[in-house]
Amino acid sequence: MEYEPIIGLETHAQLLTESKMFCRCRADYAAAPPNTLVCPVCLGLPGVLPVINRRAVEYTVMTALALNCSFPEHAKFDRKNYHYPDLPKGYQISQYDLPLSQNGWLAVDSPGGPKRIRIRRVHLEEDTAKLFHVANQGETYSLIDFNRAGVPLMEIVTEHDFASVDEVRQYIIKLRAILRYLGVCSGDMETGAMRFEANISLRPKGSDKYGTKVEVKNLNSFRAVLKSLQYEMDRQARLLEAGGQVKQETMGWDDAGNVTVVQRSKEEADDYRYFPEPDLPPLVLSREWIESLRARLPELPDAKRQRLVAQYGITPYDAGILTGEKALAEYFEACAARHPNAKAVANWITRDLLQLLNSTNTTIEACPVTPDSLAQMLKLLDDGVISSKLAKTVFEEMFKAGKGPEEIVAAQGLIQISDASQIESIVEEVMATNPRAVADFRAGKEQALTFLVGQVMKATRGRASPALANEILRRKL
Amino acid sequence: MKLTVDQVRHVAHLARLALEPEELERFREQLSAILEYAEVLQELDTQAIPATAMVVPLENVMRPDQAGPSLPREEVLANAPQREQDCFRVRAILD
Repeated sequence: MEYEPIIGLETHAQLLTESKMFCRCRADYAAAPPNTLVCPVCLGLPGVLPVINRRAVEYTVMTALALNCSFPEHAKFDRKNYHYPDLPKGYQISQYDLPLSQNGWLAVDSPGGPKRIRIRRVHLEEDTAKLFHVANQGETYSLIDFNRAGVPLMEIVTEHDFASVDEVRQYIIKLRAILRYLGVCSGDMETGAMRFEANISLRPKGSDKYGTKVEVKNLNSFRAVLKSLQYEMDRQARLLEAGGQVKQETMGWDDAGNVTVVQRSKEEADDYRYFPEPDLPPLVLSREWIESLRARLPELPDAKRQRLVAQYGITPYDAGILTGEKALAEYFEACAARHPNAKAVANWITRDLLQLLNSTNTTIEACPVTPDSLAQMLKLLDDGVISSKLAKTVFEEMFKAGKGPEEIVAAQGLIQISDASQIESIVEEVMATNPRAVADFRAGKEQALTFLVGQVMKATRGRASPALANEILRRKL
Repeated sequence: MKLTVDQVRHVAHLARLALEPEELERFREQLSAILEYAEVLQELDTQAIPATAMVVPLENVMRPDQAGPSLPREEVLANAPQREQDCFRVRAILD
């Protein structure tokens, strides 16, 4: 039987605030030695008073606005109680029944056209401590670093609207881009700034019933989300096919083994005993406040993509790549302002530049080729000073040396040879050393010409004008 | 409302309390008595009254996002049951 998945996703995103969610400890713990960003508030010592970080609330509202959410009149914080050593207080301050925002959506492409993935809620909570599990000479124990405990953590929960792993993929890419455009989260999955939990069930294709769902936790990379969901789909399908039943369980993703493993069975149902956090008065988001934050939203990826297509006539595909990062789109627009052919600009950026950035692990912000240089190179190309083949070499050199194209062309003698008599003598040499190809062409083999043009290009280290070489060869042959 | 022994056991487990069998029975009675006392409130008609999470007339108490000093690490670790590599050391935890 053919099955279709029903998937829901929870995303945890650490907010880029200066201080923690409820105290003034620094939030950026990346470089801090263990247990140095901890105070009585985040340790939950008796008698302390947590106070809400205003910027964390603003960032959450901005994200909610970007995700088309609405805002309840009141929002409040609650205590979620559970025993685990990553919680210094014995509870996590989170939001239960009155989250900051709810009922939004984010569009993805589906086989049937654009589709809205509904956002159930966007709420705010605090991150937990980091645990290190140690196995040392037969002893096993855990070490705790509380630096991360209390860092603002935004949770974005979707409805069960994904019908394929590909929709989840698109959603994550889009959500990450939005968070980065807003500047509220680094989106960095390797450091855990963005983490996921999924739930997935299968049902016979076309059915309107829901199957038993399985939760998958510990998804700390893009790859882990996609692989674990595919794995669960296959596992559940095999189980159902064999006449078995899916158990309602919480699974963890084992990144090394590429499998999901049972964490706990739902028989020990969560019993978090949520109750309103008595130390934090409720939040009332006024119209004015929300509107002032809306005014701070930048142009978001989808809108930017549509505008680039309309304004510059580039393909939606290229526009999609260019708007993946705000800085990349800005780089493109800076180049397009300096060169009339925006399509050529888009091509060079999406192919050559991105490849160089990726292979050298360079960010677009640190790109050694300035928009001025790229525009100058495209002009040299348009003016026939360099051939398109050479342009690639020049561009790589510009990237490596951080120099302008004219300097490189002059220094390396890369100016295109457009002097017919000079090419003519080279053509004669090439014909003399390749009698076989000459004969082949004369016998009607067109490909032999391509070969001969190639030989001319080689003899001139790519500097010959290919059009001219072609023309002269044909004439001589 | 009369609690069952299982409910008492469950609540004790959530609070990580180990109770002897006779304690289970004793607390079952005591906790039931407390709940019954609180049940008096259920006689009130609260239909027209909005749910209240906070009785203090405060809202939107926030602070600017500015970092300040944290505790010296020695103080942070002062009450650690055991320490190692500047971390709290605890019994092995299974995820």
